Amino acid sequence: MTQEQALYKYCLRMGDDALIHSYRLSEWCSNAPILEEDLALTNFALDMIGRAQAILDYAGKIDGKGKTSDDLAYRRKERDFYNHLIMELPNGDFAYTMARILFVSIFEYYFFSELCHSADTTLTAIAAKTVKEVKYHMAHATDWALRLGDGTDESNTRMQQAVDELWAYTGELFETDDATAILEDRNIAVDMGMIRAKWKTDVTRILTEAKLKVPGDGYNQTGSGNGVHTEYLGHILSEMQYLQRAYPEAIW
Amino acid sequence: MLSVINDPEIPVVTIFEMGMLRDVKITDKGYEVIITPTYSGCPAMGIIEQDIKMTLEAQGVRPVTVKLVHDPAWTTDWMSNTAKAKLKEYGIAPPLHSSCNSEVFTNNIIECPHCHSDDTVLMSRFGATACKALYQCNNCKEPFEYFKCH
Repeated sequence: MTQEQALYKYCLRMGDDALIHSYRLSEWCSNAPILEEDLALTNFALDMIGRAQAILDYAGKIDGKGKTSDDLAYRRKERDFYNHLIMELPNGDFAYTMARILFVSIFEYYFFSELCHSADTTLTAIAAKTVKEVKYHMAHATDWALRLGDGTDESNTRMQQAVDELWAYTGELFETDDATAILEDRNIAVDMGMIRAKWKTDVTRILTEAKLKVPGDGYNQTGSGNGVHTEYLGHILSEMQYLQRAYPEAIW
Repeated sequence: MLSVINDPEIPVVTIFEMGMLRDVKITDKGYEVIITPTYSGCPAMGIIEQDIKMTLEAQGVRPVTVKLVHDPAWTTDWMSNTAKAKLKEYGIAPPLHSSCNSEVFTNNIIECPHCHSDDTVLMSRFGATACKALYQCNNCKEPFEYFKCH
């Protein structure tokens, strides 16, 4: 694997994470429990779609075949997507969506904070912007984790269920592969071991304060690093890519 | 010529005053205008790009390309004082210094753009556009938007 190939995959993983999580959050548009929440979730989705666009455009440049972010979003097959499995899972109830934002945003906060020191200046610029935005996601999800966890019996039960179900998908966030190894040697990629410890500390603190139990570490779901996904990604893509598949090259 | 182009989301300030307009290069291939996106997902970027092309080409300056540059990342500190004053006049509380973002919106005093009272309360961190939060003034009771530090 060359450095370009490694960087291309690294960018696809980041870009696809933002794209697919954004897709899930935008499904809440007009369905959130209150208006302020509708605004919050769609604001997050907008941040993520912007991030996806910037990163996938850069991926297209690295690939050097003239692909735009739209080409990469609408013309790739399921097995060529590298988003982490946690991003593609259905929204579930509000607690489930919030637990996912909590886990993902804390991960992204540390990941992009570290990426600000990358040797790749395009990535550092995107990372600098992302850190500012992810802070809002993190603060918002933390508030909700506390409110739901330390709320009524019903809200605590639902939040605990969400945490328990999502837990097995969190380990994958810190996986490394050949591509990350090549990029780490060149000071481009983030050291995952270091951010995993920080993530665990923060998550433990927040869940404990929210009167929620921290699940024990056990089996972790995996596969997305090789393009192997849950059944849900295919359904997302069939809807998301429909127009470009049916009417290739269609533009506004 | 470019100084007449307004931000489509906040039409009282120009893209120059917002600090988004970075450079103009004259090359063999024509004119290249370099801008920096404010928020990652800001939908106004496409409109701004169109406005730049239309404004310049209407004046006979062509061909024009618009290039989006991410590095270094835009911050609200690049907004001119004129822009901040205009925002306030328009009813949007201007951003504090970006360092306030490090504490993530705790204990920042946001002045009401209507009656200038400091007695205001955060209603929602998210507003009608990605760059704004919703506040209410306890003094004059008016709701208002705050342009978030970035």
